[in-house]
Amino acid sequence: MNTLTKERIYTVSEITKDVKLILESSLSAVWIEGEVSNFTLHSSGHMYFSLKDKKSVLRCVMFHRANEILKFEPKAGMQVVCFGSLSVYEARGDYQLIVERMEPKGVGALQIAFEQLKEKLFKEGLFDAEHKKLLPVLPKRIGVVTSPTGAAIRDIINVLSRRFANLNVILYPVMVQGSQAAGQIAQAIDDFNTFKDIDVLIVGRGGGVLEDLWAFNEEIVARAIYNSRIPVISAVGHEIDWTISDFVADLRAPTPSAAAELVVASKEEFLSGIQNIFARLNAAMQSIADILSSQLSALKNAYVLRRPLNVFLQYQQRIDELTGRLDALSPTAILSRGYSITKRSADGKVIKDSSQLKKDDEIVTRLHKGEIRSRVEAVG
Amino acid sequence: MKEKELKFEDAVKRLEKIVAELEDGNLSLDDSLKKYEEGVMLSRLCSKKLNEAQKKIQVLSKKASGEFETSDFKGDDE
Repeated sequence: MNTLTKERIYTVSEITKDVKLILESSLSAVWIEGEVSNFTLHSSGHMYFSLKDKKSVLRCVMFHRANEILKFEPKAGMQVVCFGSLSVYEARGDYQLIVERMEPKGVGALQIAFEQLKEKLFKEGLFDAEHKKLLPVLPKRIGVVTSPTGAAIRDIINVLSRRFANLNVILYPVMVQGSQAAGQIAQAIDDFNTFKDIDVLIVGRGGGVLEDLWAFNEEIVARAIYNSRIPVISAVGHEIDWTISDFVADLRAPTPSAAAELVVASKEEFLSGIQNIFARLNAAMQSIADILSSQLSALKNAYVLRRPLNVFLQYQQRIDELTGRLDALSPTAILSRGYSITKRSADGKVIKDSSQLKKDDEIVTRLHKGEIRSRVEAVG
Repeated sequence: MKEKELKFEDAVKRLEKIVAELEDGNLSLDDSLKKYEEGVMLSRLCSKKLNEAQKKIQVLSKKASGEFETSDFKGDDE
């Protein structure tokens, strides 16, 4: 057994330490791609998971100090690329990858982060239409949260001045990119909400790459917008750039210039609108007046009101006419025209026929005035 | 005064309501005249409100005490 005694005999700890040394010295900076599985985020903040492909599995740990800068949350099934060093967990003799950086494969980390935050806030209801506030029609004071040196504030002022020269704009200067940007933007929105007389807020910046616009994809900004009592217009980058702020805001403007256009219709539009209503007001009143005055003149020309005497005269005439006809019927009127009535003296009978009389009968003839008493000589 | 407190959009809304009522023509002459007078007042108020705001572009700064100051904003385009 000489040969054996000449060989070095390791303890488990010794060999594990050697393996660790060999691994760490030769595989200390490697990129490994695989699918995340068995992901656990421990309460210590460390992440434990495995990377696997079709044939093999590799244990991984990403310590808190490394994972706190992760923009997205790794999930089982996600394809990722990890950078780190191989090491051995001596207590178990497992080898593992200590992950320093992790990137989603295919899409960028920011894109993943964007989708994750969007989904989270959507589920919380931050994008719900019922939370959207109406913009004031004619805001007196407009608060703007953006960089004092950026293109956004220039564009906003230009458009507002052109459309409505006499508006009051208050700029809250903030950084719009970099690590402090999100905090400053959120603070500015909160601060504006402590003022009484700001009617609407424009929050935004000019265009840039996704990283430049990132502050507007941060949760702290989204929540500040959501909590704002004052209606917020989000105006970030260009038409094609959608940010989380755009989803939470009461109104999304494709660009800062567009925000300025949305915030107030042009003064000319307002004035012509008012003139229009005023014209309708006058026309409506005029037509009421016309109707009333034509009713009035119809009344004034009515027969009774024009010549009250006429009516009386007409009655008079009618009365005369009727009395005239009555006169015509009266026997005395006939007598006045030369006719006479003859009666027999003996019985007073009116004589209508000569055969009623004989010779020597006494008759009385009544004339218009007076009577004649006569004796019949002969009957014809 | 009450007219001062009226917001532009509320004044416009009220004005439109009055015009609609007058256009309906179901009001008495007295009521029509009252509404018309109010309408004229509101039209003037709206025009006035459009013209009264002062153009001002200010920039806000927060003092160490947490209070705010405003000063005129000098954009590089002006």
